[in-house]
Order: sequence, then structure tokens, then C-alpha cells
Amino acid sequence: MTQAVTALPHGPGHAGHHDDGSKTVFGFWIYLMSDLLIFSVLFATFAVLSKATAGGPTGKELFDLSFVLVETMLLLVSSFTFGMAMLNLHAGRKPRVIAWLWVTFLFGAGFIAMEVYEFHHLISEGAGPQRSAYLSAFFTLIGTHGLHVTFGLVWIVVMIDMLRCHGLDAVNTRRLSCLSLFWHFLDIVWICVFTFVYLLGAL
Amino acid sequence: MSHDTTAAAGHGHDGAAHGTLKSYLVGFGLSIVLTLLSFGLVMAGVVPRSLALPGIVALCVAQLLVQLVFFLHMGASRSQRDSLSAFVFAVFVIAIIVGGSAWVLHNMNANMMHPMPAGM
Repeated sequence: MTQAVTALPHGPGHAGHHDDGSKTVFGFWIYLMSDLLIFSVLFATFAVLSKATAGGPTGKELFDLSFVLVETMLLLVSSFTFGMAMLNLHAGRKPRVIAWLWVTFLFGAGFIAMEVYEFHHLISEGAGPQRSAYLSAFFTLIGTHGLHVTFGLVWIVVMIDMLRCHGLDAVNTRRLSCLSLFWHFLDIVWICVFTFVYLLGAL
Repeated sequence: MSHDTTAAAGHGHDGAAHGTLKSYLVGFGLSIVLTLLSFGLVMAGVVPRSLALPGIVALCVAQLLVQLVFFLHMGASRSQRDSLSAFVFAVFVIAIIVGGSAWVLHNMNANMMHPMPAGM
């Protein structure tokens, strides 16, 4: 069974043994840098519109910082647990990789659940994205980050299934390296979010 | 099953830095401390705004560096040079876009916006 699986060609990169996956990871890094530009433009938009509350609620009135602190901790812990998955990946321990990926998934899902709750709470209070330009920029920036995390969660589940089927082969190692960059990258974006959106808004 | 371990072992020389348990623990500890400091600075409410503002920005930059080094394993080693230069270029473009937008629009607001009537 495993013989048949390993005999399958894994795309053109597998034919020549010169590419060890580092080029793919670098290509993914370039994608992340372009993603960073998307976020920076959203940050610039938010900064420009941060005073345009149109008589509506300001960040200071809306944000509950202890709630955001818990959200931040969930994401920080998930970043660390993904690191544990990567360490076990390089040590070749498949069951532990899968276990740590599930832990990462749970913390990430907790983060998304809190964010959905926060959005629902704001909208039901009448502070939805249509209330003011400030809130439009807020929902766009936080929502874009939340969508990225959601895609990351889907990707984690897909990778867990791929690990079950194919084990820790070169292709899965390469894909997990890309996912690892993606997940840590989202953590980095969130650091800017809590500093410039929540903390600065509450000052 | 045995091919799993050989495949993983054969991939060990891909040149990318992997980090160790120690480096992840140090990075995790530092980022927790920096996060608590940032939130504490604002939530305590005793630090004046003129001090808290540069404080949280400095803590943010420190936290970004910690995460880049300990979690993304960014460094100046040969294998990391391409990623590092792509990152530096991205930061350069971001500085122009974000700094430029804030600067231009701040001036526009300061020079052209008249006080709006209440309720607008």
C-alpha cells in the first residue's frame, strides 16, 4: 500500500532531484510579502479613516481590551503549538505532528469563534460596517485577517488528512513548511492589529 | 511505514532553519511578556498618552522582531538571504504606502477640512 503511494509522481518538481522544496517555500514567502502589502494598505486606510466616526461610536467606546487580550493569547499559543508540530515533523514523529496540528486548530478555531462573537456583538449594537467610515475600515481590516485565519484552519485540516494518507514525505514536509510560514505570518499581522487598532483606539 | 522516517530524514538538508525547542520556548515567552506589557500599559490607565503611545509602538516593533527571528527563523545566513531581501523590500514599499498615505491625508485634513456641523 505504501509502496504504491510513494511510487506516484508528485508533479514536475519531483522529477528533477535538484529542487528540494526550498524554492517552493521561497515562492510562498514572496506570496506572503504581497499579502503583507494588502494588509498594509488596509492599515493605511484604517489610519486615514480612524477619526471619521460620523458621530457614531469610537473605538474607545466599543472595544473591550480584556476580550482582545484573550483573543491575542489564543493566537500566540496556536503559533507556538504549530512550532511544536514543525519540530516533530523534522524529528519524523507523525502521530505527534498530527496531535499538535489538532491543538493548533483548536486554538485557531477559538480565536475565530471570539472574533465572530465580537462582530455579531458590534453589529447588534448598531455599530456595523455601515455605521461610519471608521467602522467600515475596522471590519474590512479585521475581517480580512479573520478570513486568512479561517483559510489557515481549512488548510490545517486538509494537511492532517494528507499526513494520514501519505505520511511525512517530502511533498507533505514542503506543504507544512509553507503552512507554518502562513500561520506565523498571520500572528505577525495580528500583533499590528492589536497595537494599532485596539490599543491605539482605546488610548 | 518505514519510508516515512527515511523521507523525513532525507529532507533534513533543505537549508531552511528549523529552530529548536529552546528557541520556540524563548520566542513564546518573550512574545507573551511583550503582549502583556502592551496591554498593561494601556489598560492600567495610569500612563499618560504621550508616553503610552511610543511605548506600545516600541513594544509592537520588538514583538515583530521576536516573532520574525524565533518563529519565522529569519536571519542573515546564506540560505535565508533571499527571503530576507524580499522582506526588506516589502517593508520599504509598506513604509512608502502607509507613511505616505498618513502624511498626505493628514496634511489634506489639516489644510482643507473645515469644521463640520454637528451631527454630520
